[in-house]
Amino acid sequence: MKSKFIPLILIFIFLITFVIFFKGLKNSNIYTPNTNLKKEVPLFELKSFENNSIIISEKIFEDNKYYLMNIWASWCIPCKEEHKFLMKLKKDERIELIGFNYKDNFKNASSFLKDLGNPYNIIVSDKDGTASIEWGAYGVPESFLVHQNKIIKRFIGPINDENLLEIQKIIR
Amino acid sequence: MASLIGSYSLSFGLLFSILIIFFSVKNLKAEILDKKIITFTFIQFFFVVISFFGLIISFINSDFSNETVFNHSHTTKPLFYKISGTWGNHEGSLLLWLLVLTLFISIFLIKSNQQPKKYRIFTLLFQQIIIVGFFIFLIKTSSPFNYIFPTPNEGLGLNPILQDPALAIHPPILYLGYVGSSIIFSSALAAMVTSYVSKEWAKHIKKWVLASWVFLTLGILLGSIWAYYELGWGGFWFWDPVENVSLMPWFALTTLLHCILVLEKKKILTSWAMILSIATFALSMSGTFLVRSGILNSVHTFANDPERGLFILIFLFTLIFLSIFIFIFFHSEKEKLENNFFWLSKETSILVNNWFMMYFLSVVLIGTIYPIFLEVITTNKISVGPPFYNKLILPFLIPFLIAMAIGPNLNWVKSDFKDKFYMTIFLIISFLLSAVIIKQFDINFLINTILVTSAFFLFFSTSREFFVKRFRNLSQNIAHFGFSLLILSILFNNIFSNEVITNLKIGETFETEKFTINFENIKQEDEKNFKAIIGKFNVQNLDGSSDILNPELRIYNQPNIITSEADIKTNLLTDKFMTMNYVQNQEYFNIRYQVKPFMIWIWVSVILISFGGFLSFFKKRYEV
Amino acid sequence: MKFIPIFLIVSIILNFNLLKADEIKTENKIAKNLRCLICQGQSVYDSDSEFAISLKLVIKNKIQQGLSEEQIYSFLKMKYGEWILYDPVFNRNTYFLWLLPILIFLAGGAIIIKRFYNKK
Repeated sequence: MKSKFIPLILIFIFLITFVIFFKGLKNSNIYTPNTNLKKEVPLFELKSFENNSIIISEKIFEDNKYYLMNIWASWCIPCKEEHKFLMKLKKDERIELIGFNYKDNFKNASSFLKDLGNPYNIIVSDKDGTASIEWGAYGVPESFLVHQNKIIKRFIGPINDENLLEIQKIIR
Repeated sequence: MASLIGSYSLSFGLLFSILIIFFSVKNLKAEILDKKIITFTFIQFFFVVISFFGLIISFINSDFSNETVFNHSHTTKPLFYKISGTWGNHEGSLLLWLLVLTLFISIFLIKSNQQPKKYRIFTLLFQQIIIVGFFIFLIKTSSPFNYIFPTPNEGLGLNPILQDPALAIHPPILYLGYVGSSIIFSSALAAMVTSYVSKEWAKHIKKWVLASWVFLTLGILLGSIWAYYELGWGGFWFWDPVENVSLMPWFALTTLLHCILVLEKKKILTSWAMILSIATFALSMSGTFLVRSGILNSVHTFANDPERGLFILIFLFTLIFLSIFIFIFFHSEKEKLENNFFWLSKETSILVNNWFMMYFLSVVLIGTIYPIFLEVITTNKISVGPPFYNKLILPFLIPFLIAMAIGPNLNWVKSDFKDKFYMTIFLIISFLLSAVIIKQFDINFLINTILVTSAFFLFFSTSREFFVKRFRNLSQNIAHFGFSLLILSILFNNIFSNEVITNLKIGETFETEKFTINFENIKQEDEKNFKAIIGKFNVQNLDGSSDILNPELRIYNQPNIITSEADIKTNLLTDKFMTMNYVQNQEYFNIRYQVKPFMIWIWVSVILISFGGFLSFFKKRYEV
Repeated sequence: MKFIPIFLIVSIILNFNLLKADEIKTENKIAKNLRCLICQGQSVYDSDSEFAISLKLVIKNKIQQGLSEEQIYSFLKMKYGEWILYDPVFNRNTYFLWLLPILIFLAGGAIIIKRFYNKK
C-alpha cells in the first residue's frame, strides 16, 4: 500500500512541475507593470525648467483636459526618437504636454529643444529624479496620460506610432 | 576551416554514441565487456576534444565567419580572453559540458576495472543516454559552428564584466562538479539495475562524489570571488537564482557524501543514497534549465531561446522519470537489520546532518522556483530575496552547528559522552565571548549572540580535534574546521561591515565618525581595448592610518560599455573596498566605500573545506 | 594554547568602534531589501543605475521626513507593486513559500524518529 502510494505522489508532483515550467517558459520574464491604473496624480512641487519658479502639481492638471506627462532628458537617446510624435501631439488642442526634465542640465536640455522643437506647455525639472519615483516611473522616457487628476494610461519606453493612435483615440 | 573540422567532429562523436550503445546492448546479453567499447568511448572523447579545439582555434584566429566567434569575440581582445571566451557563451559552454561528459566516462571505464562488468556496461549506457541528449541539444539548437556569410570584419566583443581571470576558469571548474554528478547518477542507476548497491559500490563511487564535491565547491567559490571583485557591489553572495542553482546540487552532494560514508561501513540507508544520487544530477540539470531558458530573472544572462529551454526541460524530465521508474522497479531495500543502532551513534549524527542539509536545500529550492509557480498559477509576481533566506536559514543554523560540533566526537556504534567536560567548557567560553562581542553593537542581541556562540562552539571543538586526534580523520576535521571558520567570517563580515554611498566632486571630502574620504584627483589612461578613468582617494581612518584607493571606470570599445572596477585593499583583518560610478550629467561621481572585515577568511575557509575533501582522496580507508 | 586565538579575536573586536550612524544603516538596509526594477536581479543598494540612485535618494528623504521602515516599504509597494520587495509578505499567495520548508523539516524529523522506533 505504502510503497505504491509514494511513487504515485512523486510522479504527480513532477508532472505538475513539468507543466508549470512548460507554461513558465512561454511567459516573458521581463517585468511589465499594469499600464491601465486609475491612480491619483501624485502631488509635487518642482522648479520650473525656464525660470526656477516653483510649480505645484495641482496647478498643472486643474483643467478638465487631457494631459500627457512626459519624462525626458537630453542625454536619453530613445527620447530623440519619440520627440517627433510628441511634436505631432502638440498640434492637438485637446491635450496638453507636460515635460518632466529628468536629471538634466539646463544647457543641454535647451539646445535639445532648440534643435528638435519644444512640444511642451509646461516643463518642470526633476534634478535628482526623486519626483519621478513618486509617479512610480522607471526611468526615461516614460509618459503618463492624465485626465481629471487620474493617471489613465502609462507608456514605458518611447512613444511610437501605435501609442500615438491610442492616445488620439482616448482623447477624442 | 577549424570550425568546419569542429563541426564534423561533433557529428562523428554522435555516431560513436550509437555504436557504443549498440555494442553495449549486445555485450549485456553475453555478459562480457568488449575492448571495442572502451576504444570507441576514447575515440568519441577524442572527437569532442577536436571539436572543442576547433572552436578555441576559431576564437584565437578571430574567425568571424563562425557565428559564435562573431557574437562573442573581437580582434582587440587580449589572447587570454579570446580563449576563455570559448566557454563564456551558451554554445561554447555546452560544448565544454559535452567534453567533460565524455572525459569522465572514459576515466570511469579505466578506473572501474575492478567492478562487475554488467554494472560497468549499464553505467556506460546511462551515461551515453545523457551524452546523446547533449549531442542532439548542441547540434540541433545551439551549434557553436554556425557559418555566416559574408564574413564580418569585426566581432561584437565579449561583455567586459566577463573579462576576468576568476571568471575565465570558473565555468570549467564548476562544470567538472556538475558533470561529475552525472557519473554518480548513471552509476547509481546501474547499481540499482544490477542490484549492486553495496558497501563495495559505496567505496568505489565515493571517489567520484568527493571529486565532484571538491570541484563544485571551488567552482562556487570562484564565481563568488568574481562577483565580489567585478560586479562592484562589494558582496559575495546575493541569493541570486543562478547562485542558488549552483548551491542546490552542492547541498545534495554534501548530503550524499555523508550518506556514502555510512553506506561504506554498513548496508543501510541505501534508498536514501539512491535518491540523493539521482537528485544531485537532476538539480545540476535543472540548474542548466533555469539558467539557459531565461525563465528566471537574474544577473547572469545567456542568450535566451525558448526552444532551448523546452529541449532541456523535456530531456530533464525524461531522465527524472526514467530514474523514478528504475528506482521503483529495480531497487529493493534489503538492509541488514542491525540492532546496535543507538541514539548517540555517529550514524545518528550523520542522519541529523542529512536532515538539516535537506531542509536548507528545500528552502533554497522553494525560494528559487516558487515565484515561477505563483506567476503561472495566479499571474502575481513576487520577489524572493536575501531576507527570506536569512529568516529561514539562520535560526536553523544554530542546532546544525551544535550538532556538527558534537557529532564527530561520537563513535561509530555506541558512544558515551567522554568529552562532556570539554564540550561544556567550550560552550560556556563561546557564549561569553559572543556576548562580549555582540554587546558592543545594538543589533538583535539575542539571535546574533546565539548564532555566534554556536559558530564559536564548532570552531573550538574542531580545533581541539586537531590536538586530540592528530592525523586521524584529518580531512573531515579540516573540512569541518573550515566550515566553522566560514560561518564565523560570514557572521562577522555582516555584523561589522561599514558601508557608505555618497556623491563626491574632485577635491571634496566626505566625513563620518569612522573615516574621512578625500577625493584627490582623476587621471586618464589608454589600454588596448578600453580607456580608463582612475580616481585617487585618500581615506583617513580614526586611528591615524590612511589608505590610498584607486577605483577605475573603464570605457570599453567593443562592445561600448562602461564598467566600474573596484579597488580593494586586502589585509588579514579587513578589506577596504571602493568603487566609483559615473552619474548622468553631474560633475560628481557616485562613490561606494565599504569596510568589510574578515573578507579574506571567507575565501580561505572555503579553500580549507575543499582541501579537506581533496585530502580524503589519499586515504586508503575511512578510519573508525 | 587555546587562549591565544581567543585573545586575538577579542582584541580585534574591541578595536572596532562602530559609527552610530543609524540613519545610514536603515537607509542601506531598506535599499538592500528592494529589487532594482530595471536591472537584472540586483538590489537597489547594489545597483548604480539612474533608477536606483534616485530611489536611494527618495529613501533618504523619506527617513528624514520621519517615515518608518514599514511605511517606506508600503509606499514603494503602492507605487511599484510587490515585485519590488525582496522580503515576500506573508499572505494568501505566500503561505506555501514560508510554510513548506518548515513542513519538510518537520517531516524529516518524523521520519528519523520513526526509524528508531522501528529499529527498537
